[in-house]
Amino acid sequence: MGTFITKRLLYTILILLAASLLIFSLYAWTPGDFITGNIKLTPERKAELREIYGLNKPLLERYGIWMKHALHGDFGYSMAQQKPVFTLFNQYIWNSFLLAAVSTFFTWLIAVIIGVVAAYRQYSWFDTLVMVVIFAAMSLPSFFIGLFLIKILAVDWKWLPPGGMLTTGSNATGMAYAEEVVRHMALPVIVMTLLGIGSLTRYIRGNMIDVMKQDYIRTARAKGLKERQVLFTHALRNALLPAITLVGFELPALFGGSLIIEKIFNWPGIGQLYMQSFGLRDYPLLMGFTVLIAILTVIGTMLSDILYRVADPRVRLQ
Amino acid sequence: MSTITGGVAESEVAPAKRPLARSSLWRLAARKLLKNKLALAGLFVVVFMFALCFIGPLFSPYTDNKIHMALMNKAPNLKHWLGTDALGRDVLTRVMQAGRISLTVGLASMVLSVFLGSLLGAIAGYYRGIADQVIMRIADLLMTIPSLPLLFILGALLSEWKVPTDYRMYIVMLMLSFVSWPGLARMVRGEVLSLREREFMQAATVLGLRDRRKLFKHLLPNLVPLLIVIASLNVGGAILSESVLSFFGLGVMPPTPTWGNMIDSANNLIDFQQRPWLWIPPGFSIFATVIAINIFGDGLRDVLDPKPKK
Repeated sequence: MGTFITKRLLYTILILLAASLLIFSLYAWTPGDFITGNIKLTPERKAELREIYGLNKPLLERYGIWMKHALHGDFGYSMAQQKPVFTLFNQYIWNSFLLAAVSTFFTWLIAVIIGVVAAYRQYSWFDTLVMVVIFAAMSLPSFFIGLFLIKILAVDWKWLPPGGMLTTGSNATGMAYAEEVVRHMALPVIVMTLLGIGSLTRYIRGNMIDVMKQDYIRTARAKGLKERQVLFTHALRNALLPAITLVGFELPALFGGSLIIEKIFNWPGIGQLYMQSFGLRDYPLLMGFTVLIAILTVIGTMLSDILYRVADPRVRLQ
Repeated sequence: MSTITGGVAESEVAPAKRPLARSSLWRLAARKLLKNKLALAGLFVVVFMFALCFIGPLFSPYTDNKIHMALMNKAPNLKHWLGTDALGRDVLTRVMQAGRISLTVGLASMVLSVFLGSLLGAIAGYYRGIADQVIMRIADLLMTIPSLPLLFILGALLSEWKVPTDYRMYIVMLMLSFVSWPGLARMVRGEVLSLREREFMQAATVLGLRDRRKLFKHLLPNLVPLLIVIASLNVGGAILSESVLSFFGLGVMPPTPTWGNMIDSANNLIDFQQRPWLWIPPGFSIFATVIAINIFGDGLRDVLDPKPKK
């Protein structure tokens, strides 16, 4: 186990280094920069600013400087907002996390319940209905369903606010503040839950069907246990075991925000920050965000591999 | 998979005696598929959408895309079933014309990514060693970079190079397949790794067959069912990705219509609130097409893939 984790860690670090170089070069190739795009500046001032930001140095040297700072936990200064990238991330990431954590919770809760029932009543009308709904959820274009629900629920019926995190000009505090945030969260959470629920329900249903055929389920029934106990204590536990590997893959989604959903619902999260900064070509922020996602992805994958091994000793990964 | 192996090997040994041996698996599959009503319904919707988009415009009197100021932003009526847009163009005709582009982009980028992914995955799994290391490390690397920012950067490059709008759709296809091949390659590699250790591959080695013959005649035919399933599910994903890109103005650009860039009109507050016929029809077209493709693809998986689905 020790050697496995060491090897995995080394490989992860290598991949991250390569990824950082690739990300840096990609943004270096992206046309336009923050200074060129600003028409208010004189050419002299532009040259001066380039000098200050070190944009006139050769590419490799710029990468070296950026990496040196990044390794010290410093992703530089956002040009558009004139704040350290790290401070901005800290400011926006928790809004993204709130949205993602709540919708992940609902996704898992609903997926487990529906998956178990559908597997228990395999081939019943309920199961067929669930399968059709799953496919529908997996085929939704995220931005379209977001717009559609805003139009119906917020614009036409006025049940929920159309976007943002707080009502404009609101200075509510305490419980009133919390209630306002919850009302604004409802729509994006519904959409994110809808989008995530399909594949997870399918996964849990498939696992449950496999587990229900096992001998130990028959044994549990033969012992005279209640069906509910067989289902939830004996079957579900074993069906959920392989799902712990999915936890690792949730990591980038939990902290990385959702570019599309946050943009559509005008949610002040890190994904929305990225979308705004992309138009402005605020490279330090863009690179910081992409590297952050890459780190989360790589750590998530590594976590999955290790968890899988811990959960099932029969698995021997190289 | 073993049934296919048997079929291919037998027909090669004695093609004259049992000419049907090669097709028996496919016949069995077709018979099973005909029993799956849900999958058939999916297939029907897919065929219907293709027919609508490719044949439909031939019957429309509004294909010239001329600007009619008098007909601006009309709500759906008897002459224009889905209304008209800000330039007085018929929305139904544009949805059909957009479907041509969206479906073509989806299909073509699927073909490209399946080709790239299965070729690289098969090489990595079959030759192992250095080839495997290089290919899979590149795949790992590409998979760490989030695909949406990657597509945004590629889209921005596209705008900078002033690619003529007519050609943009081809580059969008390339972009989408570039993003989706690593996952595919990984899947194919895993399958090849397990196939190459089977007895029939040992037999092929013992017979002294050349690498190319072993790879193309014995290994790849066993991958076909998996590839068909992956490919069908991949089309839906590609259509979704194209619509996201075009919605954000980084994919195919107007005046070439696609379902994604038609929904872009929802970014205008008045169009969004008061003229839903501009953006709801293309959205539902995407949804209907993708759900039908996914249901059909899943039916194919039941029929072609003996492993239980997860």
